[in-house]
Amino acid sequence: MMAAFILAFSLLTLLMFFVSYCRSLTASSLHTSISEDVRDVTGIQVRAAGRDYARVIQILQLCPDRPEDRSGLQIVAAYYSFLNLLEQGFAKISPAVRTWAEEERAGCAHFAAVALGRRIALNREMLAQQVEL
Amino acid sequence: MSAGVCFVALSVLRAWFLKYFFLNLYVILSMSADLLRLYVLKYYGLESPQYEYAYYYTDCLLTVALFVAVISLASRVFGELNLTRYVRFVAVLLLLGTVGFSYAVVAQSTERLATRFALELSQNLYFVGLVLTYLLWGAVLKLKETRTRLVQMVLSLGLYFSAYAGCYALVNLAPKYEVVQYLAPILGCFLPISWSLTIMRHSEDSRLIPARLVAVPR
Repeated sequence: MMAAFILAFSLLTLLMFFVSYCRSLTASSLHTSISEDVRDVTGIQVRAAGRDYARVIQILQLCPDRPEDRSGLQIVAAYYSFLNLLEQGFAKISPAVRTWAEEERAGCAHFAAVALGRRIALNREMLAQQVEL
Repeated sequence: MSAGVCFVALSVLRAWFLKYFFLNLYVILSMSADLLRLYVLKYYGLESPQYEYAYYYTDCLLTVALFVAVISLASRVFGELNLTRYVRFVAVLLLLGTVGFSYAVVAQSTERLATRFALELSQNLYFVGLVLTYLLWGAVLKLKETRTRLVQMVLSLGLYFSAYAGCYALVNLAPKYEVVQYLAPILGCFLPISWSLTIMRHSEDSRLIPARLVAVPR
């Protein structure tokens, strides 16, 4: 009985801390706007939407890797998958969950787009260095 | 191991070692425990009582170190209210209470007292640590704590404690699923990696609005 209570409490807090931790990651990129280069290659107009995430990730994989971004992107990818599951599971029952999940997915897309902007800048820098040599 | 080295090296290089002393202490102890377990495993084998003692006692020591790390973060959060002394007092009481409770549970058992006590204390401390971190997160939201580093470190600890407490509870409910065995190495890397990322990405002056981070906006 006690173990079942601890398990239920742990799962609830795990979910709560996971969502808050992921939101703290995506929130850190919110004050950075999406660069012109990223807008050009992804077709994002004003704000990133949840559906842009997959496209941004595809383009990200084509750019040279930045190790400092890797783990943040992996955690946000896990969060995005969790949001997709949540949307598929609860969207019909509660429209509020759907709206919330869509906003969160847009946050994930923005986070990935900002990371893509950094990678494009790094790519340009590397290219400039090679031209100088 | 490399994540731990990275965190400690970053703390030393950027002169944060003393500022986050108890987090560094935990990471150093964790790396030392890994080395000790490896040594005992190599010389005595996986099934030996020596390895069992080494594993459970180092795990118990690490849990106490992590408990102290949570208290050090709580002291920072409550520091501005001059409540640090009370936080430490409550922490000591909680630790002694958990030790007493674990001993009382083990005293009724007929198994080997020493290893059973270390295991029981670890399990109970993980749960107490989880409750404390949950309360600390509540305090962060209530006191509108905005320091990004502090907030992310508390959240990482919350994730770690929840996952471990859940694993131990699952093992007690269904002993045939040895989830801790598989999850422990992954979870072990999580704290140093997330702490390293936090101190690499965010400066001491970096701020965020914690109310935006709650799962269900109020």
